[in-house]
Amino acid sequence: MRRTVLALLAGLLFGLGLAVSGMTDPDKVLNFLDVSGRWDPSLALVMGGALAVTVPSFAWLRRRGRTFDGAALPPPPAGRIDARLLAGSIVFGIGWGIAGYCPGPALAILVHAREAVAFVLALVAGSQFARLAMPRPLKART
Amino acid sequence: MPTAFTPVTALIGGVLIGLAALLLYALLGRIAGISGILNNAIETRDGRGWRIVFLLGMVVAATAWFAFDGAVPRSGFPLPWLLAAGALVGFGTRMGSGCTSGHGVCGLARLSRRSLAATLAFMGAGIATVFVLRHVLGVLP
Repeated sequence: MRRTVLALLAGLLFGLGLAVSGMTDPDKVLNFLDVSGRWDPSLALVMGGALAVTVPSFAWLRRRGRTFDGAALPPPPAGRIDARLLAGSIVFGIGWGIAGYCPGPALAILVHAREAVAFVLALVAGSQFARLAMPRPLKART
Repeated sequence: MPTAFTPVTALIGGVLIGLAALLLYALLGRIAGISGILNNAIETRDGRGWRIVFLLGMVVAATAWFAFDGAVPRSGFPLPWLLAAGALVGFGTRMGSGCTSGHGVCGLARLSRRSLAATLAFMGAGIATVFVLRHVLGVLP
């Protein structure tokens, strides 16, 4: 029950952050990526604000080695940079650069913006296709 | 459509996102990577509860904000491009094991080399894509 309440709180904060920051506005995202055109640097500050919180706090948690509940933190990230990681990230970036949506913002505005529904449906389809098409079953890790 | 540089709300929003990720990490031991949370919410029974609640929270908060703020969402974006973009994002985030929140916010904070590589890759691809579509081909707004 407590886990559910905390997850809800985290989700509310996350959604609010996305909305307030302007990241749910695909035009703002596309303009950030449009470095040679009508460049809007806002996304850099969104990332900066988020990292300002997570970098020091995650480092502290890493030293601590445990969550506040005493549970184990996720294992340290694997180091190996492979073709799948890079190719997948590039494919994601292309999709991102077409419509200006990544998963979080598109989901967050499902109610607010009709076009997000089509995007998310296609996203789920694409993700399921990848899962079935990949040589090894890819279980998402979070 | 040109958009204004909004440093204050960008920073505030970013901090909120960071706090959300911290909450999830410090108290649940989970990474706030939306692509993974969504995939697992669909496919994995174990932990489905907290994931669905998290995603619902995201939708509720953003919806409430826009009810108050009154901003009008984008409309008229060509559907075939929208679907193609969604499919690529879904496929790519699965293949690349993460998205902007998972790799960009959490992965970098965990000093993950993989996340750094992923972030540079999707940022570069995004920038290149916008350049080609807007300035070379002139196809999308």
